[in-house]
Formats: sequence, C-alpha cells, structure tokens
Amino acid sequence: MTTPTAVALEDAKVAFRLGDGRVYTAVEKAHLAVAQGEFVAIVGPTGCGKSTLLNVAAGLLKPAAGSVKIFDRPLAGLNRDAGYLFQADALFPWKTALDNVAIGLEIKGTPRAEALPQAQKWLTSVGLGAFAGRYPHMLSGGQRKRVALAQVLIRDPKILLMDEPFGPLDAQTRQVMGNLLLDLWNADRKAVLFVTHDLEEAIALADRVVIMSAGPSSRIIGAWRVTLARPRDIFEVRMDKEFHALHREIWSVLKDEVMKGYAQSTHAAEAV
Amino acid sequence: MSRVTLLALQILVAIVCIVLWQLLSTVPLFGKILLPPFFFSNPVDVFEQIVKWFASGVIWKHLWITLVESILAFVIGSLGGVLIGFWFARQPLVAAVFDPYVKMVNALPRVVLAPIFALWLGLGIWSKVALGVTLVFFIVFFNVYQGVKEVSRTVLDNGRMLGMSEGQLMRHVYWPSALSWMFSSLHTSVGFAVVGAVVGEYLGSAAGLGYLIQQAEGVFDVAGVFAGMFVLSAFVILIDYGVTLVERRLLVWRPTVDGRG
Repeated sequence: MTTPTAVALEDAKVAFRLGDGRVYTAVEKAHLAVAQGEFVAIVGPTGCGKSTLLNVAAGLLKPAAGSVKIFDRPLAGLNRDAGYLFQADALFPWKTALDNVAIGLEIKGTPRAEALPQAQKWLTSVGLGAFAGRYPHMLSGGQRKRVALAQVLIRDPKILLMDEPFGPLDAQTRQVMGNLLLDLWNADRKAVLFVTHDLEEAIALADRVVIMSAGPSSRIIGAWRVTLARPRDIFEVRMDKEFHALHREIWSVLKDEVMKGYAQSTHAAEAV
Repeated sequence: MSRVTLLALQILVAIVCIVLWQLLSTVPLFGKILLPPFFFSNPVDVFEQIVKWFASGVIWKHLWITLVESILAFVIGSLGGVLIGFWFARQPLVAAVFDPYVKMVNALPRVVLAPIFALWLGLGIWSKVALGVTLVFFIVFFNVYQGVKEVSRTVLDNGRMLGMSEGQLMRHVYWPSALSWMFSSLHTSVGFAVVGAVVGEYLGSAAGLGYLIQQAEGVFDVAGVFAGMFVLSAFVILIDYGVTLVERRLLVWRPTVDGRG
C-alpha cells in the first residue's frame, strides 16, 4: 500500500463482562484498515457492535484481544488523532454554540481571543454563522449536529470517527447533513470511519462499505468498493445506475443479517 | 387569561379574605363574634401595627438582622454543600463511608439543634446562621452530589475525545453541571436559610423578625404576631423574586427556567 494506514484493527475482539459473570462477546476478530484520506462506512443490523468497534478505534474501549494501530503505532489510551461525532447530543448544554466550537481549540491552549474568531468561521462554514449566541436547547436537532461537526473539525483531527451521527435526524435533514459532510471532507480528505445502519447513506457517502454480521460475536463479512465519481451530491447519486446495482448486491448479503439480528433481538426479549 | 384579569382576581382573593376577617372579628353574628379579637385581632389593628413599625423605623433593624443571618446561612451552607458534594461525588469511597452519617444528620429535625447552637454560639446572629447552615447545606450538598454523578456519559466522552484533561473536565463539565443542579434548588435553599434564621430568632435572640413575633406573642399581642407574619411573608416574597431574577440570568442555557426545584 502506498498511502499510510490511518486506522488498523487487527483481529480485534471486544468482550464485556455481564453482571452475572458471563462474558458477552460483541465483536469477534474484526480486521479493518482505513487508509489516509479514505471514507469507510460500517453497516450492520442493530446490535451488531458497530458502535463498539468505533469506540475501540477511539480508544474509549480496549479490545479483549487483537490490536489497534493508528498510523502504524499501537493505540494506548485515547486516540488523540481522532475526532469523534456522537450519535446522542454531546454538546455542552451550558455553552453557547460559539463557545461549544471554541472549546475544541481552548483545550489545546489556544487563547480565547484567538479561538473565538476561528470558531465563528467554522460555525459559518456549517451554515450557522447567525446562531453563535444560541444555547444547544435553542437549536434544532440538525443544527446541533452542525455545531458538533464544527466542534470536532476545528481541532483538525487526522481521523474522523462518526457513530450514526445523523441517526436521530429526519430523512431530509440527513441528506442535507450528508452533503455538508462531503463538502467539508472534500476540502482536506481526512480518514473517516462512519457507522450507520442505513445502507443508502453508506453507499452515497463512502469509498468503501463494510458489512458486519448480526451479533453477538459479530464479524466483518464483506467489503465493497464504491467507485461513484466524486465530488458527489447525495440527492443525485441515488439516481445513479451504479448506485442501484451496488445497493442490490450489498443488500442481498445484509438482508439475511438484518433478519437474523431481528430474530435474535425478539428471541432475547422473549427469553427475558 | 390576560395578566390584568389574573392580577385582578388575585387581589380579589386578598380583599375577600381581609373583609371577611374584619367582619367576623368585629360584627357579631347571631349574637356572637366568631373570631374573638383576643385570639384573632383584626386587619385594621394589624395594619396599624405594621404602619407603626415602619413609621418609627424599628422594623428596619429587625429586617436587616434577619436578612444578614439568611444571607450568611445561605452563603456558608452553599459553599460547604458544593465543596463536600463535589468531594463525595468524585471519591465514591468517602461517600460510602460517610453515607449513614449524612443520612442520620439529615434525618434529624434541625429545631432540636437550636438550643445547642444557642449554647455554643450565644444569642447573637451566629447561632441563627448555624441553624440555617444545617438546613441549606444538605439541600445544596445532595443537589451538587447528584449533579456531578449524573453528568451525561456522552458529554463526558465528548470532552475526553476533544482532549480535555481531568482538570479541564472538572472546569468545563463537572463544575457547570453541579452548579446548574445547585441553582435549580436555589428557591428551596434560600427559603430554608430564612426559615433557619427566623426559627433561631424565635427560640432565643434579641433582634430579628422571629424575635419580634416571639415578643408580641409573649404579651398576647395577637395583632403584633400577625403583623410580624405579614412582614415576614413580604420579606420572603421579595427575596424569592430576587432569586428568580438571579436564576434567569444564570440558567439561560436551560430549556425551562421556571422549573423550580
């Protein structure tokens, strides 16, 4: 490989000790590499451990076995090269939009007077220039995601980890956010690991789509390269023939896993 | 309902009550006065008493003393509550060890402490402040403890992923969260500071609203007791209004500013 590998999971296994002493294996032998500048989407049925895998890459979780390498160096502690976009609201509710974005720089020791104009610039680039003084609860779900995106990007991380970031949003807002993300990403092409349960979203955004099997002990069961031309427009790309062909192909694999995952979750509910 | 009608109705309630009180305590009904003046006084006398207090200026000294005691109790109790609450929340072992004792002291009706404080600290303001502190402290303590414990996991993780050190997490995440819980109980804790001061005065002092009421009661001056009660109510309402203003300023980032704890 010529481009360096930003994130490499080598046979990573993730297990949790349950309350009753049993060990629950969430992910088994995950092998995944994200090259620098590559946009990889992980898709899988609910409860397959895709977010878990992301937390391993972030250093929030330690793998039970296997290793995590960030730019060819083993990861110890938190992944300092990565920015993490959470599924749930993660903004500081007591800070204004502007302060929420500026904090990313202030933590690094940038003086506040310097951080604020930059934060304003980032807010403008996510389309919220006029909302700097608003507190998170005064913003819509989509606007909060924009602030969160600016908060992460202002630190200029080399790797972006995204955990179903647009999951809670409505369908139209998701598409708008997807386009915004692609625009921002196009500017400097960071390595992205994007977790979603929405196959269409994954194909529209990513260079490579990775499919995980239903949990527990889920594995990576396939990867597809997406060769749709860039820059893409999410609204347009969904009309593309290639998009449909790829969607059909991946869905034929994913469908079984989704059914399995669904059966397991209902089964587990009955057992309880 | 418009604000004007609401205000009109609110005033109407007061007028009806006062008129009824005046009538029942002065006009005999079926040859009998239902509210004997000795026990119930009447609004006119009470009002005269209040006017006399303000006209002669004696009331200011007592109001001032009660205010100072309340503020001191609130400040000291809050400071202690914040510090200990923070400490316990960050050191689960300490919290576990002291848990039964905290519960024990909190379960104790604070009035029984008043004589002890009077003994230890004398009849001046400090025994009243101490009583108020024991009330305020626990409210603030429990709220801060809860606030630090219940910081959202995602917000914490986000802080960590943004590169915050433990100290920065403390300053940008734990601290604001704890303070917001404390402020949400501001009405209760300020109210209890006043309660502590007044009850303390009532049980033994030489000045303050509680002293005024106790003095009036001692000579069966019912008008004086009622007058003291009304002045006290107005005092508390004014303080509460002040707290609302402060709260509005401090909790702007909260979805519901009016949620009273």
